[in-house]
Amino acid sequence: MTRKVLIVDDSKLARMAVIKALDSLHPDWTRFEASDATAALEIVRREAPDIALLDFNMPGMDGLVLAAELRQQSPATHVAVISANHQVEVVNRARAAGAAFLPKPLTADALREFLVGVPDPQRSVR
Amino acid sequence: MSPAQPAVMLTELEQDALTELVNLGVGNAALGLREMVKEEILLSVPNVSIVTREQAILNLGQSKANRLVAVHQNFEGDISGRALLIFPEAQSMELVRAVVGRELSLEDIVELEQEALAETGNILLNGCLSTIANSFGRTLRISLPEVVHGDGSDFFDLTPWPNIDDSVLFIYINFAVRRGDVQGYLAMLLDLPSLVILKDLLADYIVRMGSSSVSPSDAG
Repeated sequence: MTRKVLIVDDSKLARMAVIKALDSLHPDWTRFEASDATAALEIVRREAPDIALLDFNMPGMDGLVLAAELRQQSPATHVAVISANHQVEVVNRARAAGAAFLPKPLTADALREFLVGVPDPQRSVR
Repeated sequence: MSPAQPAVMLTELEQDALTELVNLGVGNAALGLREMVKEEILLSVPNVSIVTREQAILNLGQSKANRLVAVHQNFEGDISGRALLIFPEAQSMELVRAVVGRELSLEDIVELEQEALAETGNILLNGCLSTIANSFGRTLRISLPEVVHGDGSDFFDLTPWPNIDDSVLFIYINFAVRRGDVQGYLAMLLDLPSLVILKDLLADYIVRMGSSSVSPSDAG
């Protein structure tokens, strides 16, 4: 079934790259884009996305703080934090916030692996 | 009075791509630095702009401390130029302490300063340059690091300086080790042919990265 995916990154190009990877796997899924945390949380309130892919290094609220906030507002949303900063502290904080960690630049393989682990709310595992 | 515009301007998306590449490069470099310091390196979002050499010197002059220290490395390939890591001299001890360990005496730290600065610069600059080169599928030859104390005009007048019209890719980034904040600048001096090639490579990179959702006009 089709799902709602929220993509948050201050870089337009980075959002394009995530959408490209997503298109190669699930072209039918609905996408929402936000360039900062405030816009992202607004979309979360309105759309309750199934999946959120968040950049870590953003001006204002960073992706880890956003992940924690988002999980509180919408516990059913599956969250991944995407970052070029692979330091173990960042990876651990993502996991502590209940989010997966995906290295930047995001590859379709890494995204597929994350999405496979996201349970389908409407169907049992194929 | 504002200095003249640089000879090559980037589109919004090219600017975005360059910022993203620097972000990737610094992120990779932080892994190496973390290994040295054994503590998380905190990084801000880089602010990237292409400016004239005069503007770059002005930008550095506007920082709080005027005495600066720079680690620089020359690079050659499809793009040639010089990369610099610049920060206030007053903060350099803090950085050296973080890198070589806090249990050392001041005397030892002073002795190790040049080496520690060179190594820190080497990791950050190589991290950025190699990430950018790899993303473009190109090779850059990178020289050994050298440490210079001075101010903006000293750094941007280092020989060999090919041309007065050359532009500076100016990157402002805040990096911090938990106990001490070090505000640093990364700068890349590029001559006009290199800047033109950089613009072309960025346009190719944008098409590769986002081709399913970008129109040719956006990719410029």
